[in-house]
Amino acid sequence: MERVPVEKKVLSENDRIAGELRQRFADDGTLVLNFISSPGSGKTLFLERTLEGLPEDLRVGVLTGDIQTDNDARRLARVGFPVQQITTAGCCHLDARMIDRALEKWPNEHFDVLFIENVGNLVCPTSYDLGEECKVVLLSVTEGEDKPLKYPGAFFKSKAMVLNKIDLLPYVPFDADLACENARRIHPDITIFRTSSTTGSGLEEWRTWLNARMTAANEKRALATR
Amino acid sequence: MHEMGIATSVLDAVRTEALRHPGAKPSRVGLRIGEWSGVDTESLRFCFDALVAGSELAGLQLDLDYRTRQNRCEQCGAEFPVSGFDITCPECRSDNTRQVSGTELDIAYLELED
Repeated sequence: MERVPVEKKVLSENDRIAGELRQRFADDGTLVLNFISSPGSGKTLFLERTLEGLPEDLRVGVLTGDIQTDNDARRLARVGFPVQQITTAGCCHLDARMIDRALEKWPNEHFDVLFIENVGNLVCPTSYDLGEECKVVLLSVTEGEDKPLKYPGAFFKSKAMVLNKIDLLPYVPFDADLACENARRIHPDITIFRTSSTTGSGLEEWRTWLNARMTAANEKRALATR
Repeated sequence: MHEMGIATSVLDAVRTEALRHPGAKPSRVGLRIGEWSGVDTESLRFCFDALVAGSELAGLQLDLDYRTRQNRCEQCGAEFPVSGFDITCPECRSDNTRQVSGTELDIAYLELED
């Protein structure tokens, strides 16, 4: 019997493709955000509101993952930017190869920003690098304040958290401060936005953060090509 | 939930590694799985066994090295196990600590028989 060290990540093939994607995004100066949440936390409407606030001449792409249906892609396409639905047919997360294949259908597009809406699931998507600049986790006030503690991986790996549906706070027994405190216990540096896609509350802060990140991605590309 | 995909990735890696050792049969593969890797070890074992049975890798055993969370203190350098959500350094009481272990999802080794 012989034991040989392998010492590689189980998802090394995914990570290899994600690495190639990340390089391509860096060359293009594309900011890529990977949105993760449980089903029903308001990812799609939040993205619609985000898209509506972007200038028409900005080069924006959207990939949205679901197990079935292209309902989300049809909703998001109404804003006017190119959108692709990735239907995973049972798979509970997006992986880097799915992103790569979707981008093959857009050979001539160079984006300033690419939004990826992952499959609604707080567990599996956290394990798969999609070449994104960062993950953004959404949590809505109709869920429990302890979601960050129950699903630490998603909050640990996300740079920002969007506490969504805050217009419903008067009607639900949800302690928003406790939810934020729980998120910071898992990830002390996490940036938190309190938003409502219905009233528009908090979306300005979110857009400011987004713009700063887009500028940074673009400047990084300019530096690299100088 | 995604353990079938994880098990498939493990077996792909085993097959790739086995190609480098012609004539030898893979008998055991060792993984490191962190508490926060998002992988359920029982479910992974179930999927692994289901995929291995009836394949050319039949009989392949799975060793799981489960890693609990460890943080390192940025202040004094102490490393300590974390349970629950208290990340305060037990040595100097600083809250400025970083996770250094507990998210592993690695293939550590492969055993081969002639």
